[in-house]
Amino acid sequence: MKVVVTSTGPDLDSRMDSRLGRAEKYVFVDTNTLETIASDNPAGFASAGAGVQSAKFIVEQGAEAVLTGNCGPNAFSALAAGGVEVYVGSCLTVRDMVEAFLGGKLRRVSGASVESHFGMRGNS
Amino acid sequence: MSSHTHKEAVPYNAPAGRPALRIAFASGKGGTGKTTVATNLALVAAAAGEEVTYLDCDVEVPDGHLFIKPEMMSRREVTAGIPRLDMALCDVCGKCGEFCRYSAITVIGKKVLTFPGLCHHCGGCMLVCPVGAISEKAQPIGSVEEGAGRGVRFVQGLLKVGALAAPPVISAVKEAAADGLVILDAPPGTSCPVIETLRDSDFVVLVTEPTPFGLNDLAIAVEMLRMMSLPFCVLVNRARPGATQVADYCADKSIDIIAEIPDDRRIAESYSRGEMIIETVNGVRVIFEGLFERLCDVAGAARRGTRGRHIEGAP
Repeated sequence: MKVVVTSTGPDLDSRMDSRLGRAEKYVFVDTNTLETIASDNPAGFASAGAGVQSAKFIVEQGAEAVLTGNCGPNAFSALAAGGVEVYVGSCLTVRDMVEAFLGGKLRRVSGASVESHFGMRGNS
Repeated sequence: MSSHTHKEAVPYNAPAGRPALRIAFASGKGGTGKTTVATNLALVAAAAGEEVTYLDCDVEVPDGHLFIKPEMMSRREVTAGIPRLDMALCDVCGKCGEFCRYSAITVIGKKVLTFPGLCHHCGGCMLVCPVGAISEKAQPIGSVEEGAGRGVRFVQGLLKVGALAAPPVISAVKEAAADGLVILDAPPGTSCPVIETLRDSDFVVLVTEPTPFGLNDLAIAVEMLRMMSLPFCVLVNRARPGATQVADYCADKSIDIIAEIPDDRRIAESYSRGEMIIETVNGVRVIFEGLFERLCDVAGAARRGTRGRHIEGAP
């Protein structure tokens, strides 16, 4: 299964980023092999609509689930349209997030976990 | 593509054959005194016999009414278009989503999503749709109120709380402009709402203060006005002896300083009570009378295309 973790760095040992649309990087992880592909967030500095743009990017990259800290309403709608599941939790590293996901310890959300612009406050 | 609800404007008897002279008051930095200068000038101009219309274009926080205290006579809603999709026609080509830089319309897989809260009402998605599947739906984004007070015709816009795009409301405020002298009170900064306020004005007064922040933001506003090819001058508010950085900058850039208002605690106190400082603080009225006289000269000359050498701005 291909999941994506919002991250501050490029690999499994990087600190996760609790923001989705304003995350620094995305680390795509194959949960079977733990192979990773890191990508900059193309929408991280968008003036507006970062959640939607990043969600579109994640859908296009073929991720089946997003593991993040918080997800706003616009990003959630866009991810749902692309059939991507959203799991939230608070771990230290990308690896911890993947392990928590595989251990069933992340919460799957069926709607936004925070309001719009939450990630603009510099939460990380 | 913004559209406004059009209703009868408040009756206004403009002097025949007197086309409007539009003077805008802007600044880079906020809180430099745009509204103080614009409202006091409006009263001085009205006292001199001008037909004055004051347009409060700072539609996120209009505050000119605190000083002119107008009696409002009419109010109309302003709407702006958001996309409405006809999925029976849409073939999910994705062109609308590629066009929209705000992702207000986004194509994901075979689904087209619209996010009205992100829409800037440009109408581009409707133009680029090859099959005409997108039409415009009017969404209320604010209002325009008209009235009068202190011998001045008064118009203000108010953006709805949570609405994103101020320019359509500002545009609706400007539609209410009449002949005579039109004073536009701009929002601070140099972003879209400021551009919308200033464009097609005859002359701009940049109100600044002699502080590092004031100067920094003044320089940005000067760049903006040069790009817009608008003639302008600078007014220094809260001027203090020895605080010469703004004057030095203006001298270096050959920008005219049209007036200085001194840093005076009595002015601040009077302003904080919502008073007109031309009426409460000795010596202020004469500053505004001089400002009005000079502005009529330079702005009128700029409009006629015969502006003097001391006036900044490309033709």
